[in-house]
Amino acid sequence: MTLFGLSSQALFGQLLLGLINGSFYAVLSLGLAVIFGLLNIINFAHGALYMVGAFVALLGLEYLGMNYWVALVAAPLVVGLLGVVIERGLLRHLYKLDHLYGLLLTFGLALIAEGVFKYFFGVSGSSYAPPEQLQGGVDLGFMFMPLYRGWVVLASLTVCVATWYVIERTPLGATLRAATEKPQLVQALGINVPVLVTATYGVGVALAAFAGVLAAPVMQVNPVMGSNLIIVVFAVVVIGGMGSIAGSIVTGLGLGIVEGLTKLIYPEASAVVIFVIMIVVLLLRPAGLFGKQA
Amino acid sequence: MRFTSLAPTAFAAALATAFTAASAPAVAQVSDNAVRIGVLTDLSGVYSDVSGKGTVIATQMAIDDFVAKEKPAFKVELVSADHQNKGDIAANKAREWFEREKVDVASELVTTSVALAVQKIAKEKNRIALISGAASTRVTNEDCNDVTVHWTYDTYAVANGTAKAVTKTGGKKWFFLTADYAFGHSLEKDASEVVKANGGEVLGAVRHPFPGSDFSSFLLKAQSSGAQIIGLANAGGDTINSIKQAAEFGITPKQSLAGLLMFITDVHSLGLKVTQNMYLTEGFYWNLNDETRAWSKRFFDAHKRMPTMVQAGQYSSVMHYLKAVKAAGTDDTAKVMAQMKKTPVNDFFAKNGSIRADGRMVHDMYLLQVKKPAESTTPWDYYHVRATIPAAEAFQPLAASKCPLVAKK
Repeated sequence: MTLFGLSSQALFGQLLLGLINGSFYAVLSLGLAVIFGLLNIINFAHGALYMVGAFVALLGLEYLGMNYWVALVAAPLVVGLLGVVIERGLLRHLYKLDHLYGLLLTFGLALIAEGVFKYFFGVSGSSYAPPEQLQGGVDLGFMFMPLYRGWVVLASLTVCVATWYVIERTPLGATLRAATEKPQLVQALGINVPVLVTATYGVGVALAAFAGVLAAPVMQVNPVMGSNLIIVVFAVVVIGGMGSIAGSIVTGLGLGIVEGLTKLIYPEASAVVIFVIMIVVLLLRPAGLFGKQA
Repeated sequence: MRFTSLAPTAFAAALATAFTAASAPAVAQVSDNAVRIGVLTDLSGVYSDVSGKGTVIATQMAIDDFVAKEKPAFKVELVSADHQNKGDIAANKAREWFEREKVDVASELVTTSVALAVQKIAKEKNRIALISGAASTRVTNEDCNDVTVHWTYDTYAVANGTAKAVTKTGGKKWFFLTADYAFGHSLEKDASEVVKANGGEVLGAVRHPFPGSDFSSFLLKAQSSGAQIIGLANAGGDTINSIKQAAEFGITPKQSLAGLLMFITDVHSLGLKVTQNMYLTEGFYWNLNDETRAWSKRFFDAHKRMPTMVQAGQYSSVMHYLKAVKAAGTDDTAKVMAQMKKTPVNDFFAKNGSIRADGRMVHDMYLLQVKKPAESTTPWDYYHVRATIPAAEAFQPLAASKCPLVAKK
């Protein structure tokens, strides 16, 4: 069977791969959207913290015998705490200034983190094996589906939906959103806004670390894995609409699929297709697909 | 007037020459009595494991060994810098070294664009470029000159070794996964020619953006091509991720992968489980014989990693250069180059190697196959040596060279 001149086998295979990549983009851009939407910080350190998450899993396994499932919880905790330190120690002083200062600070942090890890671990990185329960795969007829990749999609989507639900549908989320709109008013109601802000940043970067652990068995764990991905993820956030939670999830998945199809039809363009879409979207809807028009 | 004003100058010059000639022993011909070796390498980027700090260590080992054994009358100094894989940065640094810091040799030069840029500056300033890291055959073809030596390997040698061996052992149908830039294209081209020349068939190729991290889509394309062999015409992190993901998607072991440019550090970081049975071609393997093991152990003690062929080649090239300076009694570029070219290379790295007119150092290459995890008995014991490819077969024949220095008949 052929569709659009392509075998359906190849087409379904690429759609599925696109979905898998898209779920990575979704988790990463979700963290960025949370941090930007609620804190107005363009968190360029997101890719580096994703890399640190993967390294926590790797080093945990090597030195503490920490298995994958433990790492999936421990790495976000460690990186989340690191996020709290970054927010308390550095970002806090920049809220009154232009967005650009936050961007430059977090970009600097990313460069430092990358440099330090390169110094200690070299650039080739190390392999991290998938957990035993998820090794092997199933033959779907049109492609061989590694079990682990299936798990990645499942875990990512669950985390995405849960985060969206907490922010958009619970009283805690409502308080958070109110605190970012009118901090003084919320503070006057007896809610500790600075703590709320710190916790939000911590959770945002914990999401990055979670994606890092998910990625570890699929990609080589190395110091540049974050910087390879972060530009694409920023494009996803911009297309989805800066700060829109639902937007980042939907565009993350959608763009993963578009990218997968490009790899099938014209592979040379697969690295730029997302940026072409970004340009078109920004021309037609400057606030992004799901963003509120100012 | 002119005669009278010039006369004293001429007289002084003559006098100065006479004094120098009278007081100078042979070794004082080395300018300011010091030989300075510049190591220009990638200390922070994608090739820093293949080369980087390890090449600086290898260079220092060569200098220390030379000084201890040959007791030269001149000093030998080392300077190093990070070129960040950028041709312009490398060219500026080389110029600064040659013009202001009296550096005699720019060495290592991993990354093709860097090597091509620096060898031009070396020619312009009449200094020597010793290339052990860069891959492209352009260095000794279109871009060759009489001050450059290409030491360790090139794309022709690695593609020739692996593609020929794999095709001859039954891997007739090939599909290439190629990094979409000059280096990948030239590797794919070199390997395709070898495959066809040995009775194989190239079913197609997919060009992936460089660098990439997800290769699953391209691998599925290669899988559906029906090829027996997927040739990886990429390097570093791209090769590593391609191999890892091929295992994940069940592509290997049904189809085989052939890494056209792989280093021992790549195998080390991937582990034997996913790389087992792969063929690759290298100019050096630490566990080849007692001599290579002895040198590599010293290197390991200093660097905590076994040497790549680039690092071993760096030692060999610097040592050969220093011996040539001593034998010629001068650091004059033309005289040292003549001495280097007429002396065969015999050390732990190469046996009866020689430098041809086009600047190519030809030596035996090794066809290696990655061991199964159970076959590896000691750390870094990764390869079976399947064949030694003699120097005459390993490299592009001189007759096919596009180098203007090689007289065409």
